[in-house]
Amino acid sequence: MLTTTTRPAGEDLVRLTGAGVYRDGRWLVRGVDLAVRRSEIVTLIGPNGSGKSTTAKTALGIVTPSEGKAERCPGLAVGYVPQKLSIDWTLPLTVERFLSLTGRISSRETDRVLEATGIPHLRHAEMRNLSGGEFQRALLARAMARKPDLLVLDEPVQGVDFSGEVALYDLIRRIRDDIGCGILLISHDLHVVMAATDHVVCLNGHVCCQGAPTAVASSEAYKQLFGARADATLAVYEHNHDHTHLEDGRVLHADGSITTHCHPDDGHHHHDHDHDHHHHDHDHDHDHGAGGAAASPAGGRHA
Amino acid sequence: MLDDFFLRALIAGVGVALVAGPLGCFVVWRRLAYFGDTLSHAALLGVALAFLMQVNITLSVFAVSVMVSLALLGLQRRASLSSDALLGLLAHSSLALGLVALAFMSWVRIDLMGFLFGDILAVSKFDILAVYVGGAAVLAVLVMIWTPLFAATISRELAEAEGLRPDRANLIFMILLATVIAISMKIVGVLLITAMLIIPAATARRLSGGPEQMAVIAALVGAIAVVGGLFASLEWDTPSGPSIVVAALVLFLASLSPFAEKLPKLFGRDEKGSRPGEAK
Repeated sequence: MLTTTTRPAGEDLVRLTGAGVYRDGRWLVRGVDLAVRRSEIVTLIGPNGSGKSTTAKTALGIVTPSEGKAERCPGLAVGYVPQKLSIDWTLPLTVERFLSLTGRISSRETDRVLEATGIPHLRHAEMRNLSGGEFQRALLARAMARKPDLLVLDEPVQGVDFSGEVALYDLIRRIRDDIGCGILLISHDLHVVMAATDHVVCLNGHVCCQGAPTAVASSEAYKQLFGARADATLAVYEHNHDHTHLEDGRVLHADGSITTHCHPDDGHHHHDHDHDHHHHDHDHDHDHGAGGAAASPAGGRHA
Repeated sequence: MLDDFFLRALIAGVGVALVAGPLGCFVVWRRLAYFGDTLSHAALLGVALAFLMQVNITLSVFAVSVMVSLALLGLQRRASLSSDALLGLLAHSSLALGLVALAFMSWVRIDLMGFLFGDILAVSKFDILAVYVGGAAVLAVLVMIWTPLFAATISRELAEAEGLRPDRANLIFMILLATVIAISMKIVGVLLITAMLIIPAATARRLSGGPEQMAVIAALVGAIAVVGGLFASLEWDTPSGPSIVVAALVLFLASLSPFAEKLPKLFGRDEKGSRPGEAK
């Protein structure tokens, strides 16, 4: 189990303390402790339904935590790239107009962000006619044009081709360097995450482990979590766990025992279960049992 | 000058259209057509209550519409019933309640058709005042909440995350909608108010390259429909509401024609956005 290692100094822009979200009879995520500081990229990784988006929304204040605290710096300027956004066909909306959705953007700034995201030719294009990759670039352009203190990116490169993906992650790093904002990033791309991140939080209904990417990657806990492929390029992301969350919130362990909660020290045994990951499956469906942490009050708290 | 009933109807009708157009765009964008229907049907209950309690009809209709929209917001949050079932329940039960209540008040002699389909004869100077004072207030507030409301239309979560308080904007929007229904009831009638919100906006959609532009064009289209419809109503002695809606429908059909496709360019936009080298 890893705790916070070396992190850049500075004020916390947003901080979750023991945050948990309980909806419709189950915990979506529980016991999350994390903080994003200025000029820091924090990445949330985890299988589908592990509570990544919920955690990000809790940090943003869209979702009120059922337990614990979510604190934000007062007067924080936020840029948000949501996981899903649909533009109704009845809405005439050009990329240029979309950029100033939540606040005026100067024409020069529009030029700059469209150039940076590689879509200057789409300035007058209708949003609903954009391809998936172009749409993501427009979302990112809008969020960065706000010159935010905190940028929250929920799978910002979904639908972007591979070379574009690398370019966009480069861009995200550059945004951080340029405006010194804190970035909370949700990503599936482990290999990129490891390169472009200051701090990694691995979620699976609770915080499995967190720390600096190098420290995480070389740690035993990380290898337990991600299996032998952790050493490889991790092109395919398979999330291996030594326990299974059952429908009723209990936990089935590798040795066959069932408890009401999982524990960091629980069985590092041979029984691994794979959380299949589909690159274009961005829904919130839980494909691995209850998905939330355990039902006991202490469950899942090991940050 | 305002003694001429037709002129009064014309002035009031154009006023209603100028307000209904921009608001109607949001109704279309947010897929609230049925919601508008529900509010306007509830307006008849407002009429009945006005007679029962001897208060001003416009105020009573406004109050009932606001209460129905608040009830809906509350019920939707509980959401044990699907939204459209809920809307249907409220729309038709309030319409029925209004009709039954009016029937019970045997001492009240009113022209029910006038309330259902609009009555240009009924437009008084006070109504014109209500349309323009109320309408100006609605447009002013709409301009004030435009950014948060529009952002919330695209994504509530995004608006919330970036600090625009979308729930407040949504609530204000509901009140604006109730106001428009109250002031336009006499002109178009409770059964057809939603048409004044939706048809001009739908017509404007094909002619506009941006949301603000669409709101302005919808207002103009609505005004043209009112003028055309009222003249037709006078000419052929048809009820004013349906005549206006038919005129709006004609404009909508015209907007579907190939000629109309070229119009956006006249407004300085092209659809494909392929104008190279344009810089401001």
